[in-house]
Amino acid sequence: MSDDRFQTSRRAFLGAMATGGAVAALPAAEARAQAVATNARIVILGAGAAGAALANRLTARLDGAQITIIDPRQRHLYQPGFTLIAAGLKPANYSVSRTGDWLPSGVTWLQAGAANIDPEVQQVTTTDGDVVDYDYLILATGLELHYEGIEGMSRDLIGQNGIGSVYAGPEEAEATWREMDRFTETGGTALFTRPATEMKCAGAPLKYTFLTDHYLREKGTRGRSEVIYAAHSTSLFGVPIVNEKVRMLYERQGFTTVHNHVMKAIDPGRKVATFETPDGDEEIGFDFTNVIPPMRAPAVIRESGLSWEDRWVGEGWAEVDQYTLRHARYPNVFAAGDVAGVPKGKTAASAKWQVPVVEDQLVAQIAGDTTDHTYNGYTSCPLITRVGRAMLIEFDYNNNLTPSFPGIIAPLEELWVSWLIKEVALKPTYYAMVRGRA
Amino acid sequence: MESPSFGMFIAVFEEMFGSGLFWSMVAAAVIITVLYLYVLIRDRSVSWSKFLLAQLSMPVGAVAAVLLLWQVTHSGLSDVGGPIDVIVLLGVAAVGAIGMAIAVYTVQSLIRGRVSDDA
Repeated sequence: MSDDRFQTSRRAFLGAMATGGAVAALPAAEARAQAVATNARIVILGAGAAGAALANRLTARLDGAQITIIDPRQRHLYQPGFTLIAAGLKPANYSVSRTGDWLPSGVTWLQAGAANIDPEVQQVTTTDGDVVDYDYLILATGLELHYEGIEGMSRDLIGQNGIGSVYAGPEEAEATWREMDRFTETGGTALFTRPATEMKCAGAPLKYTFLTDHYLREKGTRGRSEVIYAAHSTSLFGVPIVNEKVRMLYERQGFTTVHNHVMKAIDPGRKVATFETPDGDEEIGFDFTNVIPPMRAPAVIRESGLSWEDRWVGEGWAEVDQYTLRHARYPNVFAAGDVAGVPKGKTAASAKWQVPVVEDQLVAQIAGDTTDHTYNGYTSCPLITRVGRAMLIEFDYNNNLTPSFPGIIAPLEELWVSWLIKEVALKPTYYAMVRGRA
Repeated sequence: MESPSFGMFIAVFEEMFGSGLFWSMVAAAVIITVLYLYVLIRDRSVSWSKFLLAQLSMPVGAVAAVLLLWQVTHSGLSDVGGPIDVIVLLGVAAVGAIGMAIAVYTVQSLIRGRVSDDA
């Protein structure tokens, strides 16, 4: 048997060790562009995903800049996790971390809201009365959930009378799960909607419809239930090829779809929602519903003169070029994240792609240079179709699918691997992004 | 994703497990691999009796890896929906099997020492 012995050598052993050492040293060896020296005063409004990521990236790229970030929120919320919380798969604290943990040292964090922006004199006034002058301003405030835009609706109704609302926050997402869990035990009428305004993650209302259907089937109550989806327009999703796929899946699952229905009022006592339709108002009763409010820019943006006037009227999104994210009238102002007035792009994935563009555009501007780094409208939506499966849908301004793993992960197929990405990989990727490392 | 780099993957894994746990796991994997190479060099041969037990442990490692992943991700066999899912499932099983085999072989070699069982 000795002939079968596999001979090895100490030299091979040492060689393998050396290779391992070289691989371990790789991250440290990553090239970093030389910092641009400047004494520019940069103010970032909002310490959410886009704001914190920009604070981290600009700190690394600029030498000597005075960066101030203005945000009263002590909690940083990982919003893509709300769906998982509202599906009973994660606890509320899954989405919660501390704002301070994501901000780099060297950045001044004013723990107050922004009360006023004057783009002419380049000043921001905080709710504490501090006046902050800036040379460059980045709007990353996020958006406002306008629950009062639905008559009879308010945040405190979430979690009772069959009313849920996944978007409102981690605790509300958990309260929504309790209502959905209770509803799916008995079955009945489940009503799903979306607003007519621009909104965060337009796939989320669809996901939650699928998830409720999943639990109805799992608990054997689907047979005595009706699942209604009231779309605000003639389609279910803004990207035609995805819309067609969702239409097929909705048919397969036996959902009742109504179009051109926008929720305008809700009566929690009677459990009836009123919809504005082309044929006048229409009432639909429910045993469970996921209310998604109209969305708009925060008041400080709407009142700043920085909003679009002729597009998305009344919603107040910042008037920026959709490719450079630079303001149309004030070239020293940028927007990133939900508040940016661009088509599509109100997701964490969009923020991840917008942040490096704003960074490069701003740094180039400070250095007296230009860059051709632009944002193409990239958005990603892991469209959950049941617990355990999702479609990894990615697209751009042109409604083209832009798969990250072409030929490997099919975007319009319900896959376990896409679910794994949503459940395991997206949160760490998000946090790496917030730290400016991804 | 935009041009994922090696550093980005490291950053993502650090966020996934926490910096300490991630690098501990990397260290554990490196140590076991190094010990495996060490016993190979020390013994100057593969011990086939130890290798047999290591091989027998492979299905255990494969099943354990898959069950752990299903447990952690609230999913199961019925969620496999396309070819890539089958490939990933087999890949996870293969990694579990190989990892288990290396670990079992190394532990045996360290405990039982150099035994010329197959000489």
